Amino acid sequence: MSLLVDETTQDHQDPQAQIGGDHRIPDQSRAARTRSFDVDAFGVPTGREEEWRFTPVDRLAGLFSDAATDDREGDAAADVAVQALDGVTVGTLAPGQAPRGTVLVPEDRGAAVASANTGQALHVAIAAEAELSQPVRVDVTGRGAGRRSNGHVVLEAGAHSKALVILDHTGAADHTGNLEVLVGDGAEVTVVSLQRWDDEALHLAQHEALVGRDATYKHIAVSIGGGIVRMNSNVRYAGPGGDATLLGVYFADAGQHLEHRSFVDHNAPRCTSLVTYKGALQGDTARTVWVGDVLIRAEAEGIDTYELNRNLVLTDGARADSVPNLEIETGDIAGAGHASSTGRFDDEQLFYLMSRGITEDEARRLVVRGFFADIIAKIGVPEVVETLMTAIDEELSLTMGRTPAA
Amino acid sequence: MTTLEIKNLQVSVETEDSAKEILKGVDLTINSDETHAIMGPNGSGKSTLAYAVAGHPKYTVTGGQVLLDGEDVLAMGVDERAQAGLFLAMQYPVEVPGVTVSNFLRTAKTSIDGEAPKLRHWVKDVKGAMEALRMDPAFAERNVNEGFSGGEKKRHEILQMELIEPKIAILDETDSGLDVDALKVVSEGVNRVKDKTGLGVMLITHYTRILRYIQPDYVHVFVNGRVAESGGRDLADRLEEEGYDRFLTAGV
Ligand SMILES: Nc1ncnc2c1ncn2[C@@H]1O[C@H](COP(=O)(O)OP(=O)(O)OP(=O)(O)O)[C@@H](O)[C@H]1O
Ligand SMILES: [Mg+2]
Repeated sequence: MSLLVDETTQDHQDPQAQIGGDHRIPDQSRAARTRSFDVDAFGVPTGREEEWRFTPVDRLAGLFSDAATDDREGDAAADVAVQALDGVTVGTLAPGQAPRGTVLVPEDRGAAVASANTGQALHVAIAAEAELSQPVRVDVTGRGAGRRSNGHVVLEAGAHSKALVILDHTGAADHTGNLEVLVGDGAEVTVVSLQRWDDEALHLAQHEALVGRDATYKHIAVSIGGGIVRMNSNVRYAGPGGDATLLGVYFADAGQHLEHRSFVDHNAPRCTSLVTYKGALQGDTARTVWVGDVLIRAEAEGIDTYELNRNLVLTDGARADSVPNLEIETGDIAGAGHASSTGRFDDEQLFYLMSRGITEDEARRLVVRGFFADIIAKIGVPEVVETLMTAIDEELSLTMGRTPAA
Repeated sequence: MTTLEIKNLQVSVETEDSAKEILKGVDLTINSDETHAIMGPNGSGKSTLAYAVAGHPKYTVTGGQVLLDGEDVLAMGVDERAQAGLFLAMQYPVEVPGVTVSNFLRTAKTSIDGEAPKLRHWVKDVKGAMEALRMDPAFAERNVNEGFSGGEKKRHEILQMELIEPKIAILDETDSGLDVDALKVVSEGVNRVKDKTGLGVMLITHYTRILRYIQPDYVHVFVNGRVAESGGRDLADRLEEEGYDRFLTAGV
């Protein structure tokens, strides 16, 4: 056992309405970013761009190319299976066929290629006022590392409907996947995106939601597998009273790059947003990135927003980046705060637990599970919680019995 | 009957540039049913002694021995020392976010006993022990030490001791920060365990007031990394009146 010190903890907590703090104010407004269906509107990222500076772009050349899905005779690049019960209509949408493209306009090269190379998007429509008793499942199974797969899902939840949609990624592929969510007025929609890929999988994603008047939207990103996962989870509002919760849980091992970006565009009055991402890292070169953008526009009076990211570094050689960006164009808000920190595994906690007879493995499990406990409580979807806990235990068993590097 | 023997224990701590020697040959033997009060000025190494016996990785043993019924404690891991019957109530108990007290206690008890406690008895034991220590049952669902007041942390340490039932307990300033009522409640807790299990106690303190409730069989004056003088109860009273000057000047 070694004693590690908290090296890189920065903690800015603004408990009340607070516009101070030392969040970054980006050079360019988040609103000014290029948005286009045209692949050529985006150059191939070099890694020097602000939005790509953390990403290992050299490993993503395949995904940046404007290439069709690598479907072969009787052998799709990725199998897509949809499971839905009463109250749900499943169909397809061509480019330009509404509501496809009304919410999601690609914001980077990956999303533009996904859009341009998906002839028929999957359209999942939930009838107005339908309250689904079972989740809608979309299982994406990659059929081979390096095989290009492009996907676009349009989820349309009618007014006052209630639904849980689980998007589950397994297997391996070079996958670009867009998700476009229309949350009708007064609807309650939870989207879970599970990244349980094999090690060789690469995944770029833009998940874009428009939250209706008085509607509730929850997006939960769970990233455990995959060589590179880079997911943008974005939200804006169609009217006042909308509530958005963006959650993320990730666990990176040696060689993995898991990047989550969120953007809440407060473009309507009296809406709320809560962004919470938590991640653990272990092993050499394990890498995570969280960039949380919040833009509070002049018209967004009375809104309340809070974003938080915490990272727990379990071993040497892992690195977590955490960047909250807050742009505020009106002073008339109920609250705006953020907190971000990256801490080393606390050996004082380990000592305390072990001094009560608890073995080192068990003590580590307790501390890591404890670290995730609050976000897991927020997820509120039992089957996802179970999947996640099992995955965390499996991840931990990888490094158990090994003493962490000093 | 259990014996903890500390023989000529020397301990240093790594500082930025060098190792700093803190314990300079400590000799102390504690048997079951005995209470040894350790009193000494700030920085004399009392907590270092407690941590070194418990196996904190920050402290390096450079010489001497610690034996529990003849077994080499220094060769054991931190968890094994606790399983062997040692308990340390810490001066500054650590917060463990996201781990509830009830989960923590059950996991600790299971680890010490080598099997999970029978649920019905266990729930009753925890409830009873919390009641006796006047702890609100709500603490069971709170995270370990998180947001606990100083006094609540100390009660929580004694709660663990009552449930774990160690053979030898080191109480590092468990009395500091307690008001008179809490001091009584906590002392009663220690005495209950002593009566029930014949616990041997090393009681580190700055004040004689706790010795009104927990009777010491021996009092040791700890100065500059070693035991400078040993005696009975009356030595504590003398220390309270005279302070440590006599020992400090003698040491120069
Ligand atoms: N990590 C460390 N680096 C440098 N010095 C240390 C370290 N840990 C302990 N010490 C020093 O060791 C000495 C003994 O500390 P210790 O905590 O054991 O004293 P104590 O007798 O328990 O004091 P108190 O009565 O204040 O609790 C002190 O001088 C302290 O500053
Ligand atoms: Mg001390």
